[in-house]
Amino acid sequence: MKKKIDVEYIANLARIRLNGKDIKSFSGQLDDVISYIEKLNSVDTKDTPPTTHPLPITNIFREDEVRESLSVEKVLANAPEKRDTSFKVPKVVEGE
Amino acid sequence: MPNDLYKLTAYEIRELIKKRDVSPEEAASSFSDRIGRIDDKVNAFISYDKENIKEELKRIKGKEAGALYGVPVAVKDNICVEGRLTTCGSKILEGFKPPYNATVIENLRREGAIVIGRANMDEFAFGSSCETSCYGPTRNPWDLERIPGGSSGGAAASVAAGEAAISLGSDTGGSIRQPAALCGVVGMKPTYGRVSRYGLIAFASSLDQIGPFARDMRDCALLLNVISSYDPKDSTSVDRKVPDYTNALVNDIKGVRIGIPKEYFIEGIDAQVKDSVSSAIKLLEKLGAKVDEVSLPHTDHAVSTYYIIGPAEASSNLARFDGVQYGLRAKGPLLDMYKDTRAAGFGDEAKRRIILGTYVLSSGYYDAYYLKALKVRTKMREDFEKAFESFDCIVTPTSPTPAFKIGERVDDPLSMYLSDIFTIPANLTGIPGVSIPCGFAETDLPIGLQILARPFNEEMLIRVGYTFQENSAFHKKRPRL
Repeated sequence: MKKKIDVEYIANLARIRLNGKDIKSFSGQLDDVISYIEKLNSVDTKDTPPTTHPLPITNIFREDEVRESLSVEKVLANAPEKRDTSFKVPKVVEGE
Repeated sequence: MPNDLYKLTAYEIRELIKKRDVSPEEAASSFSDRIGRIDDKVNAFISYDKENIKEELKRIKGKEAGALYGVPVAVKDNICVEGRLTTCGSKILEGFKPPYNATVIENLRREGAIVIGRANMDEFAFGSSCETSCYGPTRNPWDLERIPGGSSGGAAASVAAGEAAISLGSDTGGSIRQPAALCGVVGMKPTYGRVSRYGLIAFASSLDQIGPFARDMRDCALLLNVISSYDPKDSTSVDRKVPDYTNALVNDIKGVRIGIPKEYFIEGIDAQVKDSVSSAIKLLEKLGAKVDEVSLPHTDHAVSTYYIIGPAEASSNLARFDGVQYGLRAKGPLLDMYKDTRAAGFGDEAKRRIILGTYVLSSGYYDAYYLKALKVRTKMREDFEKAFESFDCIVTPTSPTPAFKIGERVDDPLSMYLSDIFTIPANLTGIPGVSIPCGFAETDLPIGLQILARPFNEEMLIRVGYTFQENSAFHKKRPRL
């Protein structure tokens, strides 16, 4: 049977490294799931609008005023690495 | 007396404390001793610490006695408590201590509740068996070889086993109602928007809802009173007056119109579940309800719809776990850091769901899967709207089978997914639902009855559930441990 999902390619989009064993088992399992969910094609939805939200909601606005927020110390308390008042990360831009 | 306090309901404990017959310290120590005696077997808790309980007790000392004053509550480990480990059952959040409280925690504290411990769960709430937690599976208090249901398995088991009087879980596709059914307790998913999601670590934002576990309907109503609130910090929270839900504790269902959806009594449903649910429906009818068949034609498509929308939203929500701001971080240049952090931090089920969600949202597949699922979601909503024109509530089995054996479905995600078939529609449509104990399979495994109602009609669930409990004794039976 033709594979439905290229697990390695999608995992790369999702920024997850997979080993060979995972790729093999996930491919089989996810192909089963995708075959199952394709049952939806039998539902006629030609004139049906999509529902992104179960109940009607409206955006909540507030005045743009200065309010107390979390302190820098609290925000950085869980950081794997930090420097001064920032999260420290590996170099993002190449070159000097 | 004090040593047996763990056997009481939250209401009873609250009354004893109010009369000063027992102190909050005595109540807390009865539950924490119970945890010490049995949690090695049940594993309902990810973290539990006597020092934290002391701190909780100190916090309520001398405060005005609230609605849950001195009542020990277990909290699922995906709800943020400031300064306390909150892991979601995942290695990727190892050591994470939130910088703020979830709104439901603020609400609990305002009423004097004691957070007794953090309940075990499927990793990021992905599962129906509580087996995907990186802290090991929770075991069903009725049979330790079996699963408690999931994903809020620890929260359900802790109440069933007397390790907490009441607890908080979250329900995205049945994660409160299904474990409540399998552990023989009451579990409610309120209407979407009734309870603030602020501080609930998101799985699928359009489906998630926090809700109560309790031993009976009265405790469920008490806890719902406390956690329901309008919260400007959650843009999907609904600004609607919170009624006193205990007013719905009425032993009377005369004339209540109950619909029984024929699509829920399918092939594959366990015979004992079918029998118990049928007997429960007969009892409701005897008590004066008007019972009739109803059709929810798109039921068969609920699981497919859910396993597109749920993973799609999850893949987006879980992008934040990238090793930058909290939790685990792998070494290496940026891209390797991301990929290795997520490879090491997420378990298999989390990886599968993120990959599935990324796939259904990816270029070329979005219309075929995601958009299609959103349209079928509309169809399901229309099914319920139509049904509720003729009925006040809908009654179904909560789960097609009683608790299954640990390990039985771990390698077969599809069969695991199908265990949520009866609970998923309420999440897709936003309506409230509750599971109450309605029988036992022959090996003493609990069976649950699900009641569904119109949006914001939790009172109907409470009224029907309470009447059933006042006229039956299934909810009074406790596991031997």
